[in-house]
Amino acid sequence: MTGAEIATQAAIDAGAGMMYGYPITPVTEVFTNWIKRGQKYLQTEDEIAAGFAVCGAVMAGQKAFTATSGPGHILMQDALSMAEGMRLPFVAIVAQRGGPSSGTVIYSQQEVTLACFGGNGEGLRLVYSPGTLAELYTLTRRAFNESWQYHFPAIVLTDGYTVKTRGLVDLENLKMENFSTVPLVVEGEIKHWPNIFTFEEELYKEVMKNKADFDKISTSVAMAEEYQTEDAEILLIAHGIVGAAAKIAVNQLRESGKKVGLFRPITLRPLASQQLNSISKKVKKIVFIESSLGQLARIIKDELAPEVSVSFEYLQYPGLGIEIEEIVENVNGFE
Amino acid sequence: MPEYIPAKFCAGCGYPVILMTLGRILEQKQLSKKAVMGLDIGCSLLAIDALSINIFHTHHGRVTPTMLGFKRARPDSLCFGLTGDGGAYAIGWQSLFYSAMRDEPITVIVVNNTVYAMTGGQTAPTTLSGQKTDTNPEGYEGAPFFGPELLRHIAHKDAYLARTATNNPKDIAAYMEKAIATQLAGHFSLVEILSFCPTNWKTVGKATMDYVDDLKKVYKVGEI
Repeated sequence: MTGAEIATQAAIDAGAGMMYGYPITPVTEVFTNWIKRGQKYLQTEDEIAAGFAVCGAVMAGQKAFTATSGPGHILMQDALSMAEGMRLPFVAIVAQRGGPSSGTVIYSQQEVTLACFGGNGEGLRLVYSPGTLAELYTLTRRAFNESWQYHFPAIVLTDGYTVKTRGLVDLENLKMENFSTVPLVVEGEIKHWPNIFTFEEELYKEVMKNKADFDKISTSVAMAEEYQTEDAEILLIAHGIVGAAAKIAVNQLRESGKKVGLFRPITLRPLASQQLNSISKKVKKIVFIESSLGQLARIIKDELAPEVSVSFEYLQYPGLGIEIEEIVENVNGFE
Repeated sequence: MPEYIPAKFCAGCGYPVILMTLGRILEQKQLSKKAVMGLDIGCSLLAIDALSINIFHTHHGRVTPTMLGFKRARPDSLCFGLTGDGGAYAIGWQSLFYSAMRDEPITVIVVNNTVYAMTGGQTAPTTLSGQKTDTNPEGYEGAPFFGPELLRHIAHKDAYLARTATNNPKDIAAYMEKAIATQLAGHFSLVEILSFCPTNWKTVGKATMDYVDDLKKVYKVGEI
C-alpha cells in the first residue's frame, strides 16, 4: 500500500464518515483513494470551505476530516483557528511540501510551525509526526481518537515522500478501539455557543481553561521514541522520516564507536518534554536534523529545561531530503 | 420562559425585526428544536442569544460552508446562516456561489444595509454608486451588487431567492416561510433583507424609512 492508501484506510478504520477536500499535491491521493473506496465526500471550492465544512460537520457530531498541504494548509488555518477556539475535534492530514510560497510539491518539514502554532491562538492542537508507514496508520487512528476524546484539533503532519511511498504494513497488528462521537450541538438543547467575546476577561478565562486542559492531557498524548540513549554523548533530534533515517544513522555511528542516540518526537504538540529533558541532561551535544531552517529546533529548545547545558549542532536543509550517509558523515565530523 | 436578554443591537437596527420574525415562524411551525443558526462575524454576531434555538458563531465570510457541513452531517436539521452583505457577497462570495450552484439545502439570510456596519461604515459590495463611506470618502465609484439576481443564473430552478426590507415585515415572514419550505424540500434558499442602519447612515426616524425606500429603487424587492 502507498502512504496515501494507508492514511485512507486509517480514516476508514477510525470510523470517519465524511471527507471535505480540495486537491493539492502531494496529498491529493488521500482524497482520491477515499473516493475510490466509496466513502462520502465533497470537493469544495477551496480549502477554506473544506475546513469550515469540517467544523460544521463535527459540531453536528460527524467524524469528518480533510487533507491538505502547503498553500492549502495556510488557508486551512482559518478553520483550524475556529476549531482551536471552540475546541472542535477537527482532523486534518497534512502532507508537507516545500515552502515558502508554492515552493516545491513533494517534500519538506517546513509546515511544523504552521501546524503547531498557526492561527491567531496559542497552539492548542495535537500534532503527530509519523516516521514510518505503520506510524502513519496508527497516528491517524490516534488523531481521530484523541481529537474526539479531548476536543482539540488534530493534525497528522506527514510529507509527500511518505504518502507516495509504497510499503508493506501489517494492519492486523495495529488494531485499536475507536472513540465514539457525540454531537456538540444537540437537537432541542438551545445552546448559544460563542467564539467572540465582549470582554477581554471572558476570552482570557476561556484561553486559560483550554490551556489547563491541554496541559492536563499532555502526558497521555505526548509520545517520543528514544533510541540508544542510555550511554549517549551525542543526541540526534529529528522527526518524521528524517527521524527514521537518523535511527539507522545511529546504528552505523555506533558501529564506528560513536556514542550516539536519538530522540524522535512522535507528537510535536504536545511534546514529550520530561522525556526530552531527562535524556538531554545526560548528553554533551544535541544535533538537530531537519528539512527546515530550525522549525523543529525552536520547538525543542523552547521545552528544554534551564539546567540542560549542552552544545548544539545543526543539520538543516530546508525542503531537502536528508539521507543516512549524510547524517553519518556530518556527525562523524563533530568533535 | 426564556430568560430576558437585553438587545445588543444599536437603537433602530433592522436585525431585531428579522430575528423576531424568524423566531415567531419557527415557534409557530414547531421547528425551533430542529433549527440551528450559524452566525457570520459582523453585526450578525450579536444575534448569539437572540432566539431560543441552537446558535453559534463562525468566522467572517465562513457561515455558509460551516452550515453546509452541519446540514450534510444532520440532514434532518434546519440550517440557517445569518450574515451581512460583506460576509455573503465579498469575503464569503466564493462559498455562497458554490453552495447555491450545488444546491446545498440550507437557508442563508443576508442582511443588506449597504455598509460594513460593525467596523464603522466602510464600503460593502452593496454600497451604492456615489455613496460616501469611510473607505470611499469621495463617494463609491463601483456598481451595486445584486446577490440574489446573480445567483439566479446558477442556482437550481427550485432554489428560492428573494429580497425584501425591514419595513416590509409581512414579506419577511412570507419569504422566510418559503425559504424554510424550500430547505425542507431539499434545495438552497436565500433571502436578502434591506435593513435599517441609522448608526452608519446617520439618520433618525422617518429619514431611516426613506433611506430604505430609496434603496428599493436600486435593489428591487420581490421573489427573484
